Order: sequence, then structure tokens, then C-alpha cells
Amino acid sequence: MDINYTAEEFAFRDQVRAFLSAELPADIAERVRLGKHLGKEDHLRWQRLLNARGWYAANWPVEFGGTGWSVVQKHIFEEECAAFGAPRLISFGVNMVAPVIIKFGTPEQKARYLPRILDGRDWWCQGYSEPGAGSDLASLKTRAVRDGDHYVVSGQKTWTTLGQHANRIFCLVRTDPAAQPQRGISFLLIDMSTPGIGVRPIITLDGEHEVNEVFFDNVRVPVANRVGEENQGWTCAKYLLTHERTGQAGIGPSKAALAHLKQVAAREGRLDDPLLRAQIAEVEMQLMAIEVSTLRILAAAQAGGVPGAESSILKIKGSEIRQAISHLLRKVVGPYALPFLEEELSPAFAGAPLHADYSAGPASQYFNLRKLSIYGGSNEIQKNIVSKMILDL
Amino acid sequence: MDFQLTEEQQMLQDTVARLVRDSYGFEQREQFYRSEAGFSRAFWQQLGELGLTGVPFAEAHGGFGGSGVDSLLIMTELGRGLCLEPYLQSQIHAGGLLQQLGGAEQRKRLLPVVIAGELQLAVALEEPQSHYHLHHVQTRAVRVEGGWELCGRKAVVIGGHSAGLLLVSARTHGEARDEQGISLFLVDARASGLSRRVYPTIDGPKACELYLDRVLVGDGDLLGEPGQALPALRYQQGRAIAAQCAEAIGSMEEACRLTLDYLKTRQQFGTPIGKFQALQHRMVDMRTELELATPMAILAACVADEADSEERSRRLAAAKFIIVHAGRFIAEQAIQLHGGIGMTWEYSLAHHAKRLVMLGHQLGDDDHHLEAYAQLLKTA
Repeated sequence: MDINYTAEEFAFRDQVRAFLSAELPADIAERVRLGKHLGKEDHLRWQRLLNARGWYAANWPVEFGGTGWSVVQKHIFEEECAAFGAPRLISFGVNMVAPVIIKFGTPEQKARYLPRILDGRDWWCQGYSEPGAGSDLASLKTRAVRDGDHYVVSGQKTWTTLGQHANRIFCLVRTDPAAQPQRGISFLLIDMSTPGIGVRPIITLDGEHEVNEVFFDNVRVPVANRVGEENQGWTCAKYLLTHERTGQAGIGPSKAALAHLKQVAAREGRLDDPLLRAQIAEVEMQLMAIEVSTLRILAAAQAGGVPGAESSILKIKGSEIRQAISHLLRKVVGPYALPFLEEELSPAFAGAPLHADYSAGPASQYFNLRKLSIYGGSNEIQKNIVSKMILDL
Repeated sequence: MDFQLTEEQQMLQDTVARLVRDSYGFEQREQFYRSEAGFSRAFWQQLGELGLTGVPFAEAHGGFGGSGVDSLLIMTELGRGLCLEPYLQSQIHAGGLLQQLGGAEQRKRLLPVVIAGELQLAVALEEPQSHYHLHHVQTRAVRVEGGWELCGRKAVVIGGHSAGLLLVSARTHGEARDEQGISLFLVDARASGLSRRVYPTIDGPKACELYLDRVLVGDGDLLGEPGQALPALRYQQGRAIAAQCAEAIGSMEEACRLTLDYLKTRQQFGTPIGKFQALQHRMVDMRTELELATPMAILAACVADEADSEERSRRLAAAKFIIVHAGRFIAEQAIQLHGGIGMTWEYSLAHHAKRLVMLGHQLGDDDHHLEAYAQLLKTA
């Protein structure tokens, strides 16, 4: 038994570190570290740099432009990116729809969409949730009615993350209303510029415009844009959700947030406070536990095992830990968590901060991160999954 | 990274598991508990015959040269069986101290009989006022002609009632909380001036208070240099903590297994109670704690025999902290999900719950290790 990386893996880590030191733009890294907002261009800049190195589509097979990395290498890469303050990749294109297209798509779909994801021409968003279909996703109602070579799509999607930047959306739509909920769903790729699509912002409690409602009013979508068979969309959806859940322990981002918390605590003169130190220590120890737990699962996956509902356990714990760190950061800035200075969080802000460069972010971020235990299958849904899959209850 | 067991480790695990299964049924354990020794001397002898008492010792001293992971495998199975034998105290903790601090003559004289399981050891480090701090030592050792004279009291010495030889920390100079001036002595259980008050602990094993009233030991009974024992005490406590974490995993797994079985079989309102979501989620929470505790026990086992370092101390403190928390959570929820039956003496679950809660009262509780970790916190 050996809990350490191999020499090759350490060498790979050094390679990643060298790349990040040289290529990650300092202004972007600083915004990430301080919990400020990122613009569309920030994300695209970073994607282009990764793509130039051939590391953007880490999870894809090599033949489509992927890296062919092992699960451990992917973990190292994600962890180092987070440690250096790289933005979290917007996963809807590269890590969500792309794996579905690679697994279930036609050769034409692969040739058309994958290169455009790689070079950033396409920004994808996800049309899954609806006002009446959240955790109970299979109850979705958006209709797609066949009309010759087209589907005519009508309905509403919601919580569409960064839909305002997107030119494409992948959607679950109902193609057979008479079938059982999971059986009558199809998976469609839709161009956002098609007539009949409307996007309306949803402003979240931190004042941010991160999510949207997307309306479909008789939107004509070519049948050729369907991935997989008609009424087999649930298979794609489930496959995608397993991709969504892996890596959601968020070890790298939590480690980076913890390092930032310690820096802020030091600058606020709070590190001598034994009560605060103890709270930081506690969350750091929990993070250590989910890290070793993750490594154990990775090692099993490396040896050919299939990660099961353990990823649900890691998602629950990982989100709780990340939220706990954001809670401590909010507390550490004390009364300066109160001023709501959106301008200080904007990518363009260049003025003098009211208190310090780190003080505007924590409260907003704390509220924003409540999403972690809600999206991708709420933590309660994850517990249902563990209960069913592992405990057989 | 490799979390697989080797073939030899797999065999070791199977051997101990089978031994525990065959000779440590719950009713038998109850008899061992009621016996004068408070454990099974026959089982202890079997551990010796199978060479298991020698696993944690170096090959150079006639041991098996086992790693921290080997100890983890043994301790997990002993934990699963709620075994009462002082394996941790004698073979891992005291044995480790003897191996680390003992001179050539002491090792030669004692290690073979300890490894064979013929001489049981105990560690007497805790004092009534010390509360897990190894350097809070008031017991005094004064230099006399040809040796030392010990006066003081040692608290809650697990397995001290049956040990032939006790490893006793005593102050040879300095004040009550100084880190310098602590020495470790070998004290024969039959020494004149030594008295013991024996009692059972609430989670099963027997322990004793140790009263030292001008106990004379010889020059050859000092382990290591006078006044310099603290680093070794801390290092070996780390190994003992790793073993304790492993023992807890065995108990946690068993408590989770029993609870899950119960949820599937116990019927109320015309259905197995495991169909109720409130209880399902509670069971998932228990399983989640186990899922985090297990890798921490592995981590502890992997660093237990590493050279001393801040990183090792941090990891061991974290392991103990996480496992004390997980242990208490699983214990309390296991009882709760069982309802009344979980509170009865006749059901093994209750004894696992007691073991899991009380592990926080040996070798430092969660607060103790949280404080230790907080002091070692890397802030830059």
C-alpha cells in the first residue's frame, strides 16, 4: 500500500506546474482567488491557452483531441489548476455535451461540433431543469413534435447557467408524452439563434447574473440534431450526469479557498485567535479525509474499477466542506462582509477598495456557493442514490 | 498510489479474521469479560502461536517486521470482534517504546518473550492531572544508589492489571509540565511499593490505577537517556493512535453492518423501517462518516512508521480527530436507529457503540488532537 504518487506522476505534476506558471494570466488568477466575477472573455482566454497546449479536452479520447491522461493525471491537473487560481472550466461544452456526442453522436455530429468546442467557437449551455422539473428531472414537459425533418420545440428551461454567453444549448425534450416519464425523452442540440428562443436573466441572491430562463416558442430543430435514438434521451442524460458528478468533491478548489482563507486571516490579524485556528484546522482535516478518500477511488478506477455511488458521498462532503470554508472567510472579514460593492467584484474594477482587495468577495461568494449542495442532483438526492445503490434500502 | 493489499497482507487479514470469528463470539466475549483476567489468555496464546504478537516488531529482534498496514489489518479485525486483549497497549505501544528506547541488553532480555506473547507489557503514561499531555508528569524518579526510586500515581493504565512489566514515565528533573526531564522506566509488576487498583472500563477491557510508593528500580531499568524520553513517547503514541484508528474501523464497519441489517428486517407500520427516508438518510450519513474515516486510518497506518516529522504528526492528529468524530456519530446513530434494543447489554452493537465513543478517552480526544493540529497549522 502506497499513498504517494509515482515518480512519473510527480514528473507530470511538475510539467503542469511549469505550464501554469508560464501561461495562466495573472489578472484572471487574481480574480479567481479574490472571488471576483469573471467575464466571458476571461474564460475564453484561458480555454484558448489550454487548447493551444492540447490540454483543454482532458477527458476526451485522444482521437478527438483529448489527452489520454489517466484518472490520476486528470486529478493532478485539476488540483494544480485550482491551486494556481485557474478558472474552473465551464463544463457544459467540453465535459458534458462532448462526452455525450462522443458516446452516442453520429460521425457528422462529432465532426461538426467537437472542433468548435475545442477552439471556443461554440459556447454550450444546458437545457435540463424546468420550472416543474428540478430534482425530478424526468417530469420535464418541454415538447418536441416531429414535423418532417424537424422537431418543433415549445416550452421553458430554467437555471440555465451562463446561457447569456451561449450560442448553443443541449436540451432534454419530451417526444412521447404517452410513454413513462423516462421513456419519452430525447436529447437535442439546438442553435440559440433559431427563431423562437428567448433568454431572460435570473438574478441570484448575491446580485449576480449567472443563471437564466430560456423560452422555446415553436422552435424548429433539424432531426439531424438529435443525439441517440428518439425517446432514448434519458440514457444520454444519465451518462452525462455521471460525468457531471465526478470531480465534484472539488478538492482542488477547496484547497485553494483554504489557502486564501489563511492569507486573509493573516492579513486581518486573526491567525492568533485559537478559536479561528481550530475552525480552520477542523475543515482542513476534513478536506484531508475526502482527499485521501478520492485518491482511493481514483486508484481503484485506475486499476479498472468503475466508480459507483461513492462519488455521491464525495459530492455531499465536498460541497459541505467548500461551503464551510466560505462561511469562515465571510466571518474573517468581520463587518466588512456587509458592504455590498458589486463594482469591486466586476472584472473591470481598477479603483481603491473600500477595505481590502479580498473583502468584497466573501459574503457574495458565501451566498453564491449555496448552489453547490443544490445543483447536479441536490445533496438529498445524492443520499437517495447512496441509499439505493450502496445500501440497497 | 496503490491501495491494494499484497498477497501476504491478504493472508494476514484472513488469518486474523478467521481466528476472531472462530473464537470470539459475543457470548464467549462475555465470558472473557467476566473472567479474572478480563480477556482470553487462550486467545492471547493463540495470537502468540500464530506469530501475530510478533508482527509489529523488527526482524532484527526476532519479529515479523510488519508495516503499519499489517498492524492496521490485525487491529481492524480485533476491533470487529470487540477483542479484549491488550494487543495495542502491549505489542504496539509498549513494544514500540521498548524497541525504540531499549539498549542492546534490554532488548535481548525482553523482546523475545514479548514477541512470543509470554510477557505482557503495559504503558503507564497518563496521570490524574495530565489529560492526555505526555509531558504533564508529576511522578518523580530520584537517583539512589544503583538505580532510581519512583513515587507517584499513574492513571487508567489499560491492561496494567495483567501486565508483567510496566513502562512508567517519571520526572527525573524539571517542573510538572516541562518537556525536558521525563524518563521512562521498566517496572516489574511485583515490585515492592507498587500497588494496583483494578477495575473494568466501560467499553470492556480492564485497567488499573498504579500507585508507586518508593518503588526501587535498577540502573538497567531505565529506557534510553535520563530526561530524554518525551520524543519517543510522542512518536510511539502516534503508532498507537494509528492502531487505535484501525481498531475503530473494525468496530464502525460492524456497527454499520448491524444497523443496515436491522433497517432491512425490523418491521413497523407494516414495512421494513429502512423504507423510511429519514432513516435512509441517517444510514447514508453513517456510511459517509465511515467512508471518510477509513482512508484516514489507512493514512495513519502508512505514516505511523515513517521518520518523525511535522507532517506525520499533522496526519496522525487529523486521523484521530476524524475517527473520534466519526466513531461518536456512528455509535450514537447506530443506537438511535436500533431503538431500545440498541441499548441492551445483551446485543453486541451496544458494545461497539461504547468502544467507539470511549476511544476518544484514550491517547487524546478530538479536542486534544484538534489543538495539536491547529498548532501545527501551515499558514504560509
